[in-house]
Amino acid sequence: MLLPDSQDWAAIWLTLKLASIVTVLLLILGTPLAWWLARTHSRLRGAISALVALPLVLPPTVLGFYLLLLMGPNGPAGQLTQALGIGLLPFTFAGLVVASTFYSLPFVVQPIQNAIEAIGPRPLEVAATLRARPWDTFWSVVVPLARPGFLTAAVLGFAHTVGEFGVVLMIGGNIPGATRVISVQIYDHVEALEYAQAHWLAAGMVAFSFVVLFLLYTLNPDARRKPA
Amino acid sequence: MNAISLRVQHAFPGFALDVDLQLPGRGVTVLFGHSGSGKTTLLRCVAGLERAADARIEVNGNCWQAADRFTPTWQREIGYVFQEASLFPHLDVCGNLAFGMKRAGATVHQDEIRVMAARFGIEHLLGRKPDGLSGGERQRVAIARALLTRPRLLLMDEPLSALDHARKQEILPYLERLHDELDIPVLYVTHQIEEAARLADHLVLLEAGRVVLSAPLTEALSRLDSPLARDHDAGVVVPTQVLGHDEAWHLTHLGFAGGEIQVSQRALHVGQAVRVRILARDISIALSGDNASSIQNRFACAVTGIAPAEDPAQCLVALDVKGVALLARITRLSAERLGLVVGKPVWAQVKAVALLD
Repeated sequence: MLLPDSQDWAAIWLTLKLASIVTVLLLILGTPLAWWLARTHSRLRGAISALVALPLVLPPTVLGFYLLLLMGPNGPAGQLTQALGIGLLPFTFAGLVVASTFYSLPFVVQPIQNAIEAIGPRPLEVAATLRARPWDTFWSVVVPLARPGFLTAAVLGFAHTVGEFGVVLMIGGNIPGATRVISVQIYDHVEALEYAQAHWLAAGMVAFSFVVLFLLYTLNPDARRKPA
Repeated sequence: MNAISLRVQHAFPGFALDVDLQLPGRGVTVLFGHSGSGKTTLLRCVAGLERAADARIEVNGNCWQAADRFTPTWQREIGYVFQEASLFPHLDVCGNLAFGMKRAGATVHQDEIRVMAARFGIEHLLGRKPDGLSGGERQRVAIARALLTRPRLLLMDEPLSALDHARKQEILPYLERLHDELDIPVLYVTHQIEEAARLADHLVLLEAGRVVLSAPLTEALSRLDSPLARDHDAGVVVPTQVLGHDEAWHLTHLGFAGGEIQVSQRALHVGQAVRVRILARDISIALSGDNASSIQNRFACAVTGIAPAEDPAQCLVALDVKGVALLARITRLSAERLGLVVGKPVWAQVKAVALLD
């Protein structure tokens, strides 16, 4: 039986790197967004919630298509990145990061939003009457109380990024070491009828996903509510 | 000395708060009213948890809100006790107690926490998580937690209303002790007249967002024009002191400015201050003091006012016993037959006295 070759390992490494960067980015960007959605009375709330949830229902190819246009040489984002001297993002690792961030956004925002809504305003008011500044309250009250939500968000964001395929293909193509992640590598193996190698990676993905979700649901009973 | 000045105007959906109050800078002021009267909203405005559109809030020389300023809650030196204890579930009792203390700029001394915990009978709970505490224990932790920030003003929003009768009786003595020991003003919200009678020095009656009455407790309860006087359970509160016990007859003698009250013997120290509540329906009026009667508590007094009661058959009679105001509710027919008029000397016969302890 053929063992994974160096290209397979490169794909695995790239995938883990992508998922880690995207998860960190999503926690940084998703937390304020989730906070705002959980606490605002603004009329924009419905529209923003819908926008955040779009990747849950859209085919990844649709999202990838529009991101490709936006970030392409004639798209506004593409012209901006070119003007800034970054160049064009499609078919680069950075482009993959941007696309994955959009694609996995609801998986991070919704668990955090649910957790913050579940805390309610009272603990924040109590903290304020005990002289805690808002930033202090966030770290000493919100984060500990919403920890299950943050954990769920991080795990789902990571796992979902590891598992994506359509967006990667649209925006990243298939460049070894730059954009060829595991799911694309499996696709290549199958196309080349290298079923043994495809098996290694595919079974690995199944095992990885199962273990992650198993740990999530066992260690974190609050995570039973699925996002969306 | 009026050291708390609250002027708050704000329209909320469904009702408007429009309040202008000068309150004493010491002692317990009870904000009293039905639910929806705006008493909790007013308290939240004082804390800065609610931002009234137009308000001027000054407490002992600190202006917390005015046209050009709004001090955020965390910068106001207040202690706030919510209806539910609202302890932080991720911290143990000690962590909860230290939370505000740390942030109020005090160095956290375990000794100080222990002394405060002992004062509220929770020192054996310091290592426990809030989940494992009873409702009464939780509320005591919450009060201690608020006091450890060394506030200049203590705000309490119906701190007993989420508790059952037994738990209330467990906490009230602690609150009464606070009342005696604290040198900061307390604003206490309740809709229970018994709590007001036990704790208040000053009483503010709110109705539909407006102040109906703001007066010292004894006056608020004894004034004929007070809406409280028309309540079925209307009655005055008289501060007394334990004079001694009559072992032979199992009686306790309480002294007040107007004389002496006898009650069934209670385990009280001589000299101890006790508030008693005398309901208007428990006072009858006689023209002479020497007629044979089973009622021992009789006081010579003067009629200071007569007003109609809620029941058209009855009227309210305000009485004065050497400067202490009493309120009696009798039938109009009796008042007529006794020829009661303002200034007439009469005898008040007190059928029942409730000790508030």
